[in-house]
Amino acid sequence: MGQQQGAYFVPSKSQWPIVAAVVMFVTVYGAAHWLNAEPGESGFGKTVLLIGALGILAMFFGWFRSVIKESLAGNYNDQVDRSFRMGMMWFIFSEVMFFGAFFGALWYARSYSVPWLGGEGHGVLTHQFLWSQYSAAWGATGGNGPEHVGGDFQTIAPWGLPLLNTLILLSSSVTITIAHHALKAGHRGKVLLFLGLTVLLGATFLWFQAHEYIEAYKELNLTLQSGVYGSTFFMLTGFHGMHVTLGTIMLAVIWLRVLKGHFNKDHHFGFEAVAWYWHFVDVVWLGLFMFVYIL
Amino acid sequence: MAHAATHDHHDGHHGAPSNFFVRWCMSTNHKDIGTLYLVFSLLMFFIGGSFAMVIRAELFKPGMQLVQPYFFNEMTTLHALVMIFGAVMPAFVGLGNWMIPLMIGAPDMALPRMNNLSFWILPFAFALMLSTLFLPGGGPAGGWTMYPPLALQTDSLAYVVFAVHLMGISSIMGAINIIATILNMRAPGMDLLKMPVFVWSWLITAFLLIAVMPVLAGAVTMLLTDKYFGTSFFNAAGGGDPVLYQHIFWFFGHPEVYIMILPAFGLVSEIIPTFARKPIFGYKAMVFAIASIAFLSFIVWAHHMFAVGLPLGAEIFFMYATMLIAVPTGVKVFNWVSTMWGGSMTFETPMLFAIAFVILFTIGGFSGLMLALVPADFQYHDSYFVVAHFHYVLVTGAVFAIIAATYYWLPKWTGHMYSEFWGKVHFWNSVIWVNVLFFPQHFLGLAGMPRRIPDYNVAFANFNMISSIGGFLFGASQLIFLGVVIHCVFFSKKKAADRVWEGAKGLEWTVPSPAPFHTFEVPPVIHDEELAHGHVED
Ligand code: HEM
Ligand SMILES: [Cu+2]
Repeated sequence: MGQQQGAYFVPSKSQWPIVAAVVMFVTVYGAAHWLNAEPGESGFGKTVLLIGALGILAMFFGWFRSVIKESLAGNYNDQVDRSFRMGMMWFIFSEVMFFGAFFGALWYARSYSVPWLGGEGHGVLTHQFLWSQYSAAWGATGGNGPEHVGGDFQTIAPWGLPLLNTLILLSSSVTITIAHHALKAGHRGKVLLFLGLTVLLGATFLWFQAHEYIEAYKELNLTLQSGVYGSTFFMLTGFHGMHVTLGTIMLAVIWLRVLKGHFNKDHHFGFEAVAWYWHFVDVVWLGLFMFVYIL
Repeated sequence: MAHAATHDHHDGHHGAPSNFFVRWCMSTNHKDIGTLYLVFSLLMFFIGGSFAMVIRAELFKPGMQLVQPYFFNEMTTLHALVMIFGAVMPAFVGLGNWMIPLMIGAPDMALPRMNNLSFWILPFAFALMLSTLFLPGGGPAGGWTMYPPLALQTDSLAYVVFAVHLMGISSIMGAINIIATILNMRAPGMDLLKMPVFVWSWLITAFLLIAVMPVLAGAVTMLLTDKYFGTSFFNAAGGGDPVLYQHIFWFFGHPEVYIMILPAFGLVSEIIPTFARKPIFGYKAMVFAIASIAFLSFIVWAHHMFAVGLPLGAEIFFMYATMLIAVPTGVKVFNWVSTMWGGSMTFETPMLFAIAFVILFTIGGFSGLMLALVPADFQYHDSYFVVAHFHYVLVTGAVFAIIAATYYWLPKWTGHMYSEFWGKVHFWNSVIWVNVLFFPQHFLGLAGMPRRIPDYNVAFANFNMISSIGGFLFGASQLIFLGVVIHCVFFSKKKAADRVWEGAKGLEWTVPSPAPFHTFEVPPVIHDEELAHGHVED
């Protein structure tokens, strides 16, 4: 719990932060050990990683449970609410910058490194001496570099599944906005309906995305190893997919919380935070659709 | 305030809880967490410092004497990583934790539990990173910048990448907390333009942190996938480019160096007015200068890559953009000097360190300008001149400011005065030996000695020996600092006044010394004349 200290709310001690630090450490330690294992040797890394990951899940569960309890007890005044809002906004900004690094890599590869390897600009001599047969192009014809790392591949056509997925995510942004308005108007049934729809749309997106990956690996030979094209393609869509997964889980949790009546017209920061996150994931997708699939 | 299910134990509401583990591991108190940060940072200073001693010992004489080349490279790499992410940054966060709530009249940080998590991630992250020294393949040895393809050859890469991820998460959470605190927790009447410069500097630094730590996380993630999952981001055969890594890294890296100096600017801007007994000259200009430095720091990154083969247009753009930074930096130096001008100055230890900061940081700024000139940098790049440059800005800049601030606020934290005599001994030893240590490195660099190298041409022998002697003595001088701090915390009998320094202004001096466990539980009524910047002219 916590205490109102004079005019302020100061939360009480909590074991969750230190638990969080420990389980994060266990997870990455396991992961590092696993990655570093000699080929063929299995090591204990995987097990440690699994324990850590479960620990993280348990930690989130416990930490959020205690926060929800405090919230329901009416401990969080407007000032706390504002702090939470700022926290979420700046967190999303940090996520934007994280994606920025990978978008930057994509643009750099397309506009500089690949053309330079093909002899443009100051890449003339590299091209002449090392890879004179390489003619630079993005996509299937040269996106895997002068040595065709990962072998020949085909790209995914934007106007099939990716377009469908764009429509799905865009509609999910609409449904969550309707749910938000319904929450503010106090229509719980409508909130549940539209929030539920949003969860379903998110899950459908993921389903299609999984399909696309399988097709890419099985039929197009487009893999993470397909040169810089495959690297940027899978890292960008992969991190985005992880964010959609997380967002869908958060939406589902919020759906349950609406069902339990945790939110009212004026107090529903949890809902709004997840809604912002969902819009962010949506905007990132639009960037991906544009720069990874269409162009 | 009524709440259901209030069976929480009531310790911590009026004083510190008695149980050691509960107090330090589960804290939600900004002062305790600030103390944790500061103690951790001090420990890291000494660990990182001991690595530096190894480096200087090997470089004492030409030829290979003490360590294997690979171990030498591990030392240079880990020295930098430990000092940057373990010592300097946590020290600033610790100072921010302690002082920002006290300076703006807030009861605590805005998100106290996240605050605790930000801290506790760090010991684990550094345990992970330093444990690589004991791995069969050794620790990271490709330099703190982790350039591929070299960095991809070290076995410990995964450990280091994950450690960097953890540090990044910690910094981002710490920064979010600081922004929320400053924007949301100020006492009524504490307008943004009445905040102490230190608070302003942290607000802007926090923004930089949130903007660039994720970019670093992205960069090292690509290293990880290039090494273990077969991606080709930095592999020319697959269409990538090792130079891409440098762009992404320095897009983080240059703002990062400002992350390590802007809070130092803030600290010095608190200390100089106190001991000059004058308000800071040009308060608003100081704030705008910090903001414009922060803005410019995003468009100068490629000055670290002049020699890598950039297109001419890029070289010229980044050269001029870099030189522009000297303008707001010059404004700051001018204003510190003007603050002292005509003041009735006294020279207690914090002031001595602050003045040394102004002079020596400026030397580092000038050598930075020299490096910013493309044709000149072709010569200086990757030489000891660069090493001299960044140690002037980081050691006599950031670290001196941290030491000054520690002396400045130690009496407020502990309720006791430190020994002024030993403080001054520490100061004079530090300021003399640090110059013996780093000044000759300018000459070494200009004469062509490359950095990050365990052996060198005999032509460089004399200056290296001088530099090493300076290094050992500077290192030893820091033991005096340790002694002064331990003495002040545990043994000093001399009680500190609430307003420790006669000329000190600001809310932090209105609370008792030592600052009680909880302060400003009710927002203070703010009288402008008590503030350092209560009457800012428009
Ligand atoms: C007037 C301000 C400054 C200018 C013009 C400047 C310019 C430069 C340039 C051009 C380099 C690259 C040199 C090379 O590798 O050839 C450099 C390196 C460096 N600077 Fe600065 N600098 C300034 C201030 C600072 C400050 C305030 C800090 C930190 C507090 C800093 C820290 C560093 C570091 C750590 C490096 C070396 C990075 C590495 O290669 O490991 N600089 N600086
Ligand atoms: Cu720089």
